[in-house]
Amino acid sequence: MTSGVAVSCLGVRKHFGEGEARIEALRGVDFSAGFGELSFLVGPSGCGKTTLISVIAGLLHRTGGEMTVLGARLDGLSDRERVVFRRRNLGFVFQQYNLLPALTSAENVAVPLLAAGVPRKEAVEKARALLSRLGLGSRTSALPSTLSGGQQQRVALARALVHEPRLVVCDEPTAALDHASGKAVMELLAGKAVQPDRAVIIVTHDTRVFGYAHSIASMDDGRIVDVRRVARGARAAEAGPADSVHEVALA
Amino acid sequence: MNFVALRMLTGDRSKYFGLVFAIAFCTFLLENQTSIFANILKRTASQILDVTDAEVWVMDPRTEYWEQTKALKDTDLTRVRGVPGVQWAVRLFKGNPVARTLSGKFAVAFLVGLDDATLVGAPRKMLLGSWERLREPDSVVIDKAGYILLFPDEPLELGRTLEMNDHKVTIVGISDASAPFVSLPVMHARYSEAVTFLGRERTELSFIVARPAPGVSAQELTERIEARTSLRARTTDEFMWDCIDYYLKNTGIPVNFGITIAVALVVGTVVAGQTFYLFTVENLKQFGALKAIGVANSRLVGMILLQAASVAALGFAIGTGMAATFFEITLHKVATRGIVLMWQCVAITGACILFVAIVASILSIRRVLVLEPAAVFRG
Repeated sequence: MTSGVAVSCLGVRKHFGEGEARIEALRGVDFSAGFGELSFLVGPSGCGKTTLISVIAGLLHRTGGEMTVLGARLDGLSDRERVVFRRRNLGFVFQQYNLLPALTSAENVAVPLLAAGVPRKEAVEKARALLSRLGLGSRTSALPSTLSGGQQQRVALARALVHEPRLVVCDEPTAALDHASGKAVMELLAGKAVQPDRAVIIVTHDTRVFGYAHSIASMDDGRIVDVRRVARGARAAEAGPADSVHEVALA
Repeated sequence: MNFVALRMLTGDRSKYFGLVFAIAFCTFLLENQTSIFANILKRTASQILDVTDAEVWVMDPRTEYWEQTKALKDTDLTRVRGVPGVQWAVRLFKGNPVARTLSGKFAVAFLVGLDDATLVGAPRKMLLGSWERLREPDSVVIDKAGYILLFPDEPLELGRTLEMNDHKVTIVGISDASAPFVSLPVMHARYSEAVTFLGRERTELSFIVARPAPGVSAQELTERIEARTSLRARTTDEFMWDCIDYYLKNTGIPVNFGITIAVALVVGTVVAGQTFYLFTVENLKQFGALKAIGVANSRLVGMILLQAASVAALGFAIGTGMAATFFEITLHKVATRGIVLMWQCVAITGACILFVAIVASILSIRRVLVLEPAAVFRG
């Protein structure tokens, strides 16, 4: 299923602040994520996971090392070009969903298309169709406040996929969900998000979902300390996991 | 993305209505106070503006405003008439006699004496009776508010009598004269009779009012009159502003109103501006998500400006509607008659609201532009 490297980080460094207040968030990270894979980033709080995906997504500038994302060196892009790059190539799933509370589910999903200049009607239609495929066809007109946490995260997932990005970045997508909702979201991620020409990076603490991973990179203190391939996760992504798979934790 | 901006704005109804109300209230407060202030000052020149036939006023060189008169000589009238460019010039008397009803109620009044032959200087609008009846002996026309003051709770009717300086005068008309600065009855009589109604304190020839001949502007004529007679000559507009200027400089009105208007401005703008700014701050996470997704800064700036413009326009419209309703209700009351919502005050208030919207937008835009999109990952 793997068909190339989507993200490649070599000795990536990132620090915040200067002088005594300087914090080394990334201390030379070597990391890669392949197309057609669910790549997990795991590790304790404060180890640099979120900083790393922020750098990969072009939301933060690295301060050292080499990095290519979908074949592009983001540091060579202007701010405007980085925004366009993100808009075209990246999808985001946040822990707290970050849906716009005033928009319906379909309108929320349509936001990346609207940002790209797609006419509203066309964008919302496309969003509705995707929501239907994700099992939310009956809730396309619902406001986020009327949806359960699991449903909101599925809407957020649809928003991350609607413009068919080549890289999807998820930050703790199941952390705020109960077991069943988390499982549903992960099955959707494994079944709908993973494509031969798309890479998915997931930051998570949730050991219950490790079974979905193709690879798991463990971070600590700003470095990748361990990378493991999980063949079982690859099978789960293709065939759909059973409960036992969902609950597999990294030994 | 415009609809997204508007939906973000209106999504939280309580915040949205709070924002609109803050701007509407600010608008109402500013338009209300500035209009009342302007209208009260305009009242200082009501009797000048009521004289619509003449465009030029001639007076003693030391006269500064309507209330302050020093008698001119009868020959001054002849001299003014002799100035080239004067189509006609007539005398006008102004005095403050005490008018007493048969029941004993009395009030100091503004008495305007009109040229006997032409009745130049009378307000045009008559509610009851006619100006021609002023030619009857011992007759006066009184304004409606004065009538109500002297004959409270009684219907408007002609033929009632008043006593002024031992003269029994008959009301032959009720006019809609503009409200004066102080709430006194406004009466009009023929010049020859008005001077007798005042008594010993009379100042016979208070003003000369004139009209320029065709081809001569009022401004030009005032210059000619001043050059040839050494009297003071002002156009109607100039004389009105003289009166307003006098009250501004010599009374506590501007200070008191100025404080109120300043408080309204500060409170209104701060509340409206802060409310909008806080609205943006509370939505920073949403803006951060949009930034992360790939919405360009220029588009976010456009969204904020659209939100600010929408809420400012709606709040301004509602506030102006409230102010218009207020003045429509008070317009027909005796004490507040003639006080209207002035378009200049609406324009000034509009400029203030625009300023608030711009400042709040700039502050909000700044917060959004410096917002690190990675912040959306921080929960």
